[in-house]
Order: sequence, then C-alpha cells, then structure tokens
Amino acid sequence: MLKMNLTHLEAAILMAAVSSIVMGITTKKTDAERWRYGLQCFGYFLLAIFGLGWLMHLAHG
Amino acid sequence: MFGKKKHESKPPLPPLKQWLPSVALAWLVPGGGHFLLGRRGRGAILAGCVIFTYAMGLLMRGALFQPQTGDLLTTVIYTGGFLGNVAAGFPYLLSVWLGYAQPDVAGHVVDYGTKFLVAAGLLNVLAMVDAFEIAAGRKD
Repeated sequence: MLKMNLTHLEAAILMAAVSSIVMGITTKKTDAERWRYGLQCFGYFLLAIFGLGWLMHLAHG
Repeated sequence: MFGKKKHESKPPLPPLKQWLPSVALAWLVPGGGHFLLGRRGRGAILAGCVIFTYAMGLLMRGALFQPQTGDLLTTVIYTGGFLGNVAAGFPYLLSVWLGYAQPDVAGHVVDYGTKFLVAAGLLNVLAMVDAFEIAAGRKD
C-alpha cells in the first residue's frame, strides 16, 4: 500500500484547506457568504500555523 | 419596553421522520444527506472533503482508536477518538472490514494520519448537522 510522507507544514495546510471548505459550506447560507467565510477561515488557519510555528521556534531557541 | 426581557424561543424539533433519514444517510455516506435533500453540489463537495481527509489519514498510516476507559484523559482521548473515527461512516466501516489496523507508533506522519482519520469524522458531523438543518427547514 502506498505511503504518503508529508511535512508538518504540508499536513497542516492540507487540513486547514479541507476544514475551511467544509466550514464554509455548512455554516453559511449564500454562496458569496460561503466563499468569504471559507477564505476567512483559511486565512486564520494560516495565521495560527505560522504564528504558533514562529512562537515555538523562538521559545525553543 | 423597560423590564421586559426579549426571550428567544428555541424552534421545536420537527418530526423524526422528517430529518432522520437524511441525517442517518449523511452519517453512513458522507454527503449522502445532501444528495437525498437535492443539494447535489454541496453534497459532492462534502463527500469529496470527508473521503479525501480519511484517505489521506490511511495513506499516512494513521491509527484507528479503540474505546478505552481508565483515567479521565485516557477515556476522553480514546473514546472521543473512536467516536470521531466512527462518525466518518462508510469509509471507517470499509477500512475496518478490510482489516486496516495500524499500530500507533511514534512519528509525525503517523500522528498526522491519526488526526486526519478523526478529523474526517468531525467534518462529517458538520455535514450531518447541516443536513439536519436543511431537512428541518431551518436552512435552505
């Protein structure tokens, strides 16, 4: 069976993308709202990924 | 008016037969509830997302949870993880039926795989809630 090797960043971005799509579709009522909310969620995910990544990097020394 | 509080009444739960088939199908087949309700586009996207996430978890050799009891943390993690796995519906049932059983070994790829397998179920829960709201007439 095929085995996939992803880095932390790739796996986290993939998870962020899929979660944003589902959250956009399931929580809003119009297509415009869904697009906006999905992109907004994805932006927040990226912000959290890079923010926490840098925080851990700086804290670790 | 002064002293009058605005009470938001909770909408009554619609009859079981109105929403149960869609929610049950939404669990068993990701996106199936939306297909049953005629929302094919959204159903296809939700199915794609849930199945893709689950497949990625399998490809990363993630571990499936078995319910365990003991201290609170063990119960929450293992039972919660098991419920998350089961919530994925048919992809979970199929992988168990085909004998998928990876050990929970150390390593970030396997760890992400385990999280992807649980996340697929949690995304399917969102799809089930959405199917319920559409079937109950609370949402288009």
